[in-house]
Amino acid sequence: MPLSVVTVKQLNLYVKSLLEGNQRLAYISISGETSNFKRHFASGHIYFTLKDDTASLKCVMFRDYASRLSIPFSDGMKVICTGRISVYERDGVYQLYAENIVPDGEGDLMAQFEKTKAKLESEGLFDPSLKKPIPSFPKKIAVVTSETGAAVKDILTVLNRRYPLCEVLLCPATVQGENAAESLCQALSLADSSDADLIIIGRGGGSTEDLWCFNDETLARKVSLVNKPVISAVGHETDFTICDFVADLRAPTPSAAAELAVPDKEELLLGFAEISRSLLMCVSNVVARKENALSSVTSLGVFYDPERTLCEKRSLLVDSLAEKIRMQTEKIFLKKESSFSALAANVESISPMKTMLRGFSVAEKDSKSINSVEQLTVGDEISLRFYNGKAKCNVEKIIKE
Amino acid sequence: MSDKDLSFENAYAKLEEIAQKLNSNDISLDQAIALYEEGMKLTKFCTETLENAKQRIEVLKSVKN
Repeated sequence: MPLSVVTVKQLNLYVKSLLEGNQRLAYISISGETSNFKRHFASGHIYFTLKDDTASLKCVMFRDYASRLSIPFSDGMKVICTGRISVYERDGVYQLYAENIVPDGEGDLMAQFEKTKAKLESEGLFDPSLKKPIPSFPKKIAVVTSETGAAVKDILTVLNRRYPLCEVLLCPATVQGENAAESLCQALSLADSSDADLIIIGRGGGSTEDLWCFNDETLARKVSLVNKPVISAVGHETDFTICDFVADLRAPTPSAAAELAVPDKEELLLGFAEISRSLLMCVSNVVARKENALSSVTSLGVFYDPERTLCEKRSLLVDSLAEKIRMQTEKIFLKKESSFSALAANVESISPMKTMLRGFSVAEKDSKSINSVEQLTVGDEISLRFYNGKAKCNVEKIIKE
Repeated sequence: MSDKDLSFENAYAKLEEIAQKLNSNDISLDQAIALYEEGMKLTKFCTETLENAKQRIEVLKSVKN
């Protein structure tokens, strides 16, 4: 029977389909040691080889999975990789398409870590909306850590250098071993009931086991219930703990926590110098603005030539008023004059002179005119007034009619 | 507020407020000068407070420990 001829690509695809059809290879965990660990810069995929004493297996972990790794991996680590086996047709090699990597031996711990993390996360304890803001100028910081560790020294040094104004309240706690979580919880309670306005909880670097108490569920819940803002600072940059996730802020190291907690004195002093300068500039600006406003007012006519602007205007006003008064007076005068001549004519028409000319005379007694014989007595001396003179008369007889 | 119970934080906040007020256009000369004087006083207070500060450390232990 002649052999059928296939292309390389066809063969590789055939082998791939065989492997991918196998249930056991679809999801498998393999233990081994990592080597040739490479993170592809652009794609974010991780490439490595898993090996034991006599065999090796090519592995790839795609970016989506690689970004979810909670601990960093490097060469020479004993790990357990989980994923599926398939073929990379281009090279004709089969490899593990890894979905998860956990340190071997710490597998139980890591599983526990992941379980606690998932549980608390599902309860919403890591919710960003729960994060309390860190005060800008803390007056007192409570530090929950070992009294004798490197962390407390680092924190005190940084706080003193950056912002000595801030008081430090040290709340000592055991930071590793069996009782550590409980001790940390107690110290945290003390810190929370103190007059501090910020809490830093943490410890220096150590093995995964050393830092393990910071993954304690009870401690995590305690941290989430504390009223004051909490900065978590456990181990080194690469160490992540549950405590970090529930805290209001995660600092990569205890020193970094102190840096994040307080402002920098030197920067503040520079800022104050700057503020002084800007205050002076602002006030100079105000003065300059006022000067401008003043000079724009003084250049107005009234200040520039007050006599003209003020007096001329007013003297014109006075003149026109005087003219008005004069005309008005004249008008009144003319009116009076005409009514006077009418009156004079009237007076003339009723004057007794004309009547006297017609032959009437006026009798007067004691220089007063009389019009009745009743006013006379025999013997009275009266005078008769004519239009051109008087005549003295004596009353001899009175005849009433 | 007397200097005695003036905290660094309050002084700083007040200083920011003054700087903002001084920048506004509708400010009288008297106000500007008063603000400037107060601002300089606060700057001096803040600077001196910072420069003279000495770290104070307390240790708080629970009765149980």
